[in-house]
Amino acid sequence: MVTAAEATVARPAEAVQVDVVELAETRRFRVFRFKRDDRAPHFDTFEVPIGPRTTLLEALRWIQLKRDRTLAMRHSCLHASCGTCGVLANGREVLMCVTNVRELGREITVEPLANIPVLTDIVVDMREFYARFPDVHPYVRESELVLQSETPEGIDRSVRYEDCIECGLCVSACPIVATSDRYVGPAALAAAQRLAEEPRGVDTEDVLDWADHEDGVWRCHAAFECTAACPSNVNPAARIMALRGVLVGGRLRFPGRRGSA
Amino acid sequence: MSTRAPRAPAAHVLIVGGGGTGGALAHDLALRGLKVTLVERGELTSGTTGRHHGLLHSGARYAVHDRESAVECIEENTILRRICPGSFEENDGLFVGLDDEDMAYLEVFLQGCADCGIPTQVLRPDEALRLEPNLNPDLKVAVRVPDGTMDAMRMPLRFFATAAHNGADIRPYMEVTDLIVHDRVVSGAVVHDHVTGRDGEIHADVVVNATGPWSEQIARMAEVEVPIQPSPGVLLALRGRLCNMVVNRLHTSGDGDIVVPQRALSIVGTSSWTVDDPDDLDVPQDHVDRMVEEGSKLIPAVRQAEFRAAWSAARPLIGSTDESATSGRELSRTFKTYDHKETDAVEGFVTLTGGKGTTLRGMAELCTNVICGKLGIEAECRTRDTVLLPHTAHYAA
Repeated sequence: MVTAAEATVARPAEAVQVDVVELAETRRFRVFRFKRDDRAPHFDTFEVPIGPRTTLLEALRWIQLKRDRTLAMRHSCLHASCGTCGVLANGREVLMCVTNVRELGREITVEPLANIPVLTDIVVDMREFYARFPDVHPYVRESELVLQSETPEGIDRSVRYEDCIECGLCVSACPIVATSDRYVGPAALAAAQRLAEEPRGVDTEDVLDWADHEDGVWRCHAAFECTAACPSNVNPAARIMALRGVLVGGRLRFPGRRGSA
Repeated sequence: MSTRAPRAPAAHVLIVGGGGTGGALAHDLALRGLKVTLVERGELTSGTTGRHHGLLHSGARYAVHDRESAVECIEENTILRRICPGSFEENDGLFVGLDDEDMAYLEVFLQGCADCGIPTQVLRPDEALRLEPNLNPDLKVAVRVPDGTMDAMRMPLRFFATAAHNGADIRPYMEVTDLIVHDRVVSGAVVHDHVTGRDGEIHADVVVNATGPWSEQIARMAEVEVPIQPSPGVLLALRGRLCNMVVNRLHTSGDGDIVVPQRALSIVGTSSWTVDDPDDLDVPQDHVDRMVEEGSKLIPAVRQAEFRAAWSAARPLIGSTDESATSGRELSRTFKTYDHKETDAVEGFVTLTGGKGTTLRGMAELCTNVICGKLGIEAECRTRDTVLLPHTAHYAA
């Protein structure tokens, strides 16, 4: 764990001009390329100068600005809060903005996330991701800090954003999503569990009915790849298991309800 | 001969730039019945908008030295809560006084806030520590203000979603490579579509330059100038939610004087310098160190919190590009619309720039009024009271 006080940040742009790339430390990047009417995707290779704290996003932005302006990529907040910069780096799901290039080896292959249709180059079309969610999508939750502190007068409970940053890394990592068009996937089920856990005025019956389906909570095979990939501590696998517990508990308490035992 | 006159096609506005400003503008124009196309070279909000610390500004920071901005902020703060319900961490904020210099600033700060219509509440140290146990225990005073946290990407996305729902054509990954200009009339733009790899043209009655710190690059395509000074600052994200309320230092603007909670992160900011190219931003180590130094004066736990990210974002400051504006902090944070017919005798081209994340809707109202004036369209602004669609609507197929 690196504390704030220990953090060092160095930028390749300081060290290097375009014509002296050979003198700086570099890494080779193989980047997935695809434009809409291409018959097939291909890879382009770039030699990129890096420093001790260069992120994968900074390296790809260097390519985009200095080598190939047609390279399309997705980013926004630069601090793992917007969830837009997810890719596969050497086959593993990461957020580019918080991934240090030095952790990735000498040759780095960058591809778009799996299981979501490609829009352009390493950008995926997130409409597919959102299409799997239940109608109500939790966004704010009660802040856990309220246990240690009072809330200011006039504010009932402190709220904060949900952990889920809608990045899609869990959906990309899930082996069941890879084999089933209809499985709603870990992000949507984790969101449903959050609604059941902290309803905030939503009718939980609808959400539980939505989850209680062969393409809902029962399709999961407990691979836990989603939890391993999640950059935001959502722990979707545990939430899917918890949701199963709620549904089974509901059956035991009210035999005959929501279908057969 | 037809006895019914054909209905005139709606005027077409092309917005260049998909930050919060462009999104709010698309929304206002669409609500007033204009045809809108918006092009953005990358993902929406990928320029400057998505990168800020997420402060829903009460305006208190500007109440003493930049009253115009302070009033804009508190008005828009109130409106945003109404039109984007559920989009904020609404826990208020504190301005914390740590030393004699801060205490000397207290009175003029309270007066400035009162003059600008920003509600304040003075708290004793023990009261402040009950609300925020992680504060520096040696604080001398805290002033509560209506700050909040916004999701810097998803809140603006609600404007885009609503605009699209009302007919606007929103096109990310479409980059303007040139403007179409003949005889000092701008009539559209040449674009490169990063999805297809092809080039094309988009024609419009008015082209709006909403590219923030990149305003100068687009303006040059029409051979006009805009007084924009890109002014970056460093921000630091730490794992762990160290506070619920936004925590500010009770003094005039300085480095590292704010900690903004944001889901399970704490964002410490910021610093300020000026550059020519907003695409070439350093993250200077000494600025990162200063964030830790100043931030830990407000919340000691900052020093030991786990590092998540350090990055830079360029503010679009309106001001002259003369030598005296070296840090950027001297320049106002207000916003302006430049009708280039008035300023440069170039027709069909408007620049909207300056401002803060919090003032996006207000900026759009001002600019839409100017555009409607140019086109002879009479339509009232309805964005103050129109509740926006959720951000997920942007992704509805």
